[in-house]
Amino acid sequence: MMFNLLAMPINPAFALMFGGLLMAFIPQWRVRKFIALAGPVLALWLWLQVDVFGSYGGIHIAAIGLDLEPFRFDGLSRIWALIFIIGAFLNAIYALHERDQVQDAMSALYGGAAMGAVFAGDLLSLFVFWEITAITSVFLIWRSGTEAARLAGIRYLVMHVGSGVLLLAGAVLLHGQTGSWAFEHIGLETGLAGWLLLLGFGIKAAFPLLHTWLQDAYPKATITGAVVLSSFTTKMAIYALARGFAGEDILIYVGAIMTAFPVFFAVIENDLRRVLSFSINNQLGFMVVGIGVGTALGINGAAAHAFADVIFKGLLFMSMGAVMLRTGTTKATELGGLFRSMPFTALFCLIGAGSISAFPFLSAFVTKSLILAAVADEGHWFVWGVLIFASAGVLEHAGIKIPYFAFFAHDSGKRPKEAPWNMLLAMGLASFLCVFLGVNYGWLYNLLPYEMIYEPYTFDHIVGQMQLLLAAIFAFALLVRIGWYPPEIRMTILDADWLWRKPGRSFLIWLNAILDRLFGLVHLGVARRAQNVGRVLTAVLSPHGAFARVVPRGALAGWTATFLTLALLTAYLAH
Amino acid sequence: MSLMSAISSISGLRDLLPHAAALVVVIPLLAGPIAVILAKARLAWLWSVLVAAAAFGLSLVLLGTVLGGETITYEMGNWPAPLGIIYYVDSLNALVISLVSGMALLALLYGWPMVEREIEPKKQAMFFGTFLICLAGLIGVAITGDAFNVFVFLEVSSISTYVLVAMGAGQNRQALTASFNYLILGTIGATFFVIGVGLLYMATGTLNMADISRLLADGDNDRVVRAAFSFIVIGLGLKTAMFPLHTWLPNAYAFSPSMIGVFLASTATKVAFYTLIRFLFSVFHAGAPFETAMFDYVLAPMAITAMIVCSVQASFQPDVRRLLAYSSVAQLGYMLLGLSMGTVAGLSAGLLHMFNHALMKGALFMAVGLATLGLGVIQVSEMRGMGKTMPLTAAGLSIAGLSLMGVPLTAGFVSKYYLVIAALERGWWWAVAAIVVSSVLAIFYIGRMIEAMYLQKPPSHGDDPVIVVRSPILAIVPLYILVAANIWFFFDPSVPKGLADSAATLLLGGGAP
Repeated sequence: MMFNLLAMPINPAFALMFGGLLMAFIPQWRVRKFIALAGPVLALWLWLQVDVFGSYGGIHIAAIGLDLEPFRFDGLSRIWALIFIIGAFLNAIYALHERDQVQDAMSALYGGAAMGAVFAGDLLSLFVFWEITAITSVFLIWRSGTEAARLAGIRYLVMHVGSGVLLLAGAVLLHGQTGSWAFEHIGLETGLAGWLLLLGFGIKAAFPLLHTWLQDAYPKATITGAVVLSSFTTKMAIYALARGFAGEDILIYVGAIMTAFPVFFAVIENDLRRVLSFSINNQLGFMVVGIGVGTALGINGAAAHAFADVIFKGLLFMSMGAVMLRTGTTKATELGGLFRSMPFTALFCLIGAGSISAFPFLSAFVTKSLILAAVADEGHWFVWGVLIFASAGVLEHAGIKIPYFAFFAHDSGKRPKEAPWNMLLAMGLASFLCVFLGVNYGWLYNLLPYEMIYEPYTFDHIVGQMQLLLAAIFAFALLVRIGWYPPEIRMTILDADWLWRKPGRSFLIWLNAILDRLFGLVHLGVARRAQNVGRVLTAVLSPHGAFARVVPRGALAGWTATFLTLALLTAYLAH
Repeated sequence: MSLMSAISSISGLRDLLPHAAALVVVIPLLAGPIAVILAKARLAWLWSVLVAAAAFGLSLVLLGTVLGGETITYEMGNWPAPLGIIYYVDSLNALVISLVSGMALLALLYGWPMVEREIEPKKQAMFFGTFLICLAGLIGVAITGDAFNVFVFLEVSSISTYVLVAMGAGQNRQALTASFNYLILGTIGATFFVIGVGLLYMATGTLNMADISRLLADGDNDRVVRAAFSFIVIGLGLKTAMFPLHTWLPNAYAFSPSMIGVFLASTATKVAFYTLIRFLFSVFHAGAPFETAMFDYVLAPMAITAMIVCSVQASFQPDVRRLLAYSSVAQLGYMLLGLSMGTVAGLSAGLLHMFNHALMKGALFMAVGLATLGLGVIQVSEMRGMGKTMPLTAAGLSIAGLSLMGVPLTAGFVSKYYLVIAALERGWWWAVAAIVVSSVLAIFYIGRMIEAMYLQKPPSHGDDPVIVVRSPILAIVPLYILVAANIWFFFDPSVPKGLADSAATLLLGGGAP
């Protein structure tokens, strides 16, 4: 096949993924950093080359009679791809000081795969990229090198690979119903297929009860890893929901729960990176609500908010990363007063915090309001109220708590150096984008999937939002003043992941024991007695124990005879 | 096919080509004792490579003929069919024969450096001789059209296999018990099989498979026939390591010499699986009620159980080769599942998976053998850091492992895909679910190895890195041939797929040998 660079658009995802593959084999860090920066730039250039919506470069695999559609460029995929490109570029700058080959390669592959998933026009391509994001991103967690990170990474991988499997199962069922692999609107009326796909997407989008991997893994990731992670996985899932399940009512309520419940956890959490992880949930909730509403305004709101979120959430993670790099911790109890020696980081963090709380002239102000307006237009007043509560909650935990406890509050006495120049540059660019989007909202609105006319800067809106924000700030100040604000305590919050971990582990141990007993019974005639499961494992499964496990041959012969009897009976009784 | 033309271009050999069907068995059978007489290990090895290459060349000749649309019927000693023994080649066994002889050649190439280190020098010539006899037996089972002759060759191959497995005792004394266990169970299997053949002879008065098939087509509700059927299914099922008759397999694979592990994992159970198909579909008739019952109530449930239970067991194994062996039993479950669907699509998918599984398991066992040679790896945990210390082996192992998981861009994906499609066609949703669950489990047990190889630091003594025995080129090349095949057959599965399709159509369309 010949590529004609001008005639046929090339998938920008390949620019990132190709760069990632290259970096995996290049030990010189300078070359790697160059590629890391060049990849997103090249991707942006390729993105700009496509001026007509359509599907390009379809692949027909004759061997299994399959049509793949890896590059579908339309209103929905266009904006998501752009924000992934921007995210990848900012993350690359932020990671310039780091010399880790694995993370360099995996970040680029991961970003590329997320973009690939967004461009995928069929469910099989989607599945492939979906799984690649899972496998590549886990390295960003593992590379922090602690035992906790290793275990969290494994739990993360289990959930994410599981999500891919659900996706595949749903896709196969759907194929059985429609005979097509195309990834279009799916909806829940497709029955089991739709539910499986929704569940698969829901795991990555951190639906309530399926969200635990996020708070579990992100805070344990490396400094740059957490920034990269916050950009891609969940936003990719939001895209998939917008494509497949726009207008499903259930999403409105799921989203509303997502916006509200993290507030309670985030307020009492001590690890600031974990607070940010909760606030990811909260922001995703807004987008899910927008998708659930499903009107042009709702989808636009979800897209725009995802766009803004990649930037401001990335910015907040970046600032916490800088703190982590300089002080070695992000525990609220051990920080405070850092603004004296890290003034720029503090400033950028405040801009990020202002953005996430939707202060006027900052990005979320012009994007979140689209979702609220969409909800109000459809008359979901209760949900609207929940969203308003959650908006105040955002300010409480992300807008004030993060900068306050890290940079102000009581002085911890720490006087770390200011963040490295590349981190400051990345944070500066992100801050600029937050302001830019907040002011030049028309530019963003033009990129949205649907045409719309919406004016965020009305008198009512500004005043209403300011009242909300000021009331929340007042409440915070009052609570801190009279000492009622939940104090910073070193503690671990027992989240719903307990539901997964404890019974999950017990189930595995149980299953293992049962299998062991079963085979012990069959083979030995007597169940092996053992003090505990661990000893049974070593005794039976280790090579030293294996000799002992060589089974009496008479028992095996008897077993074969039993099986023969079964076969004979089956054959005799058949009609 | 250049090998084929090279062989046929040697004048004189040209006259022998019509006898290819006989020669492919006779040459290794006669060459076996000669290898022992040669006595010098190196000579015996060279001789074995030559013989295996000849056998592979001849099987390619047969394959070429079959691909041309012919079937070959060869009358031994010119005795006509019902009385004499006939050899019979169609698209079904042409694939199996080429697979067996090709894997034998690769295993031998790979085997020299391994054998040199693992087997006592005095026994090496004997080892290669036994190997050739085993090869002859396996090809014989696949090629013969006579039911009793199947039994004979089955015993020829099995008995030599017991010996080969036992030769692993130089490395690990457990090879002896493993071999003995295998001997007892294998003999039980063979006995059941020969009882079944005897009952068939009682019912029909002939041993020629085509003849039996013709006579069974008339009335089949005879109890003798049903008993014969059950005995044959269980006998061959044991040889195929059908769950729960697989207990002999893990230790036999794990403790045998590396080269034998490679060869057995990719051929022995495959040949038994082939024989099972031959009996189920072209001796007995797939439509018979007792056969459908056997599919629905015995084979399919056992296949599913194997796919899941043995994958779980594999996940718990610390010993790498036992892990792979349990995974083999699980993968045989996939093949049996395809077979038990009783449809053209299912059978074809099962056959294709048989072929692909031979490629991936062969490569995996080769890589693990190299790891044992290089770093003394026996357990998964000891593979840590192999991505750094043995990059080539680790990469080969990972690619073959991905193929085992069924990741796209590898052959494993193609056959699993067809299997899923066949199950959907049959309406077996639970089978699809089992395939998915079992694939996820494969991600776990292969993932454990990949994690150890690439994410953990290589072992070291203080500051000094461990000393790695360099992998011999001779062993790396066959490994990478198989790894390349695993990728190649994703992009172009037309030959195995075409053969599997035509075999399945032939078998279910009532074609008989």
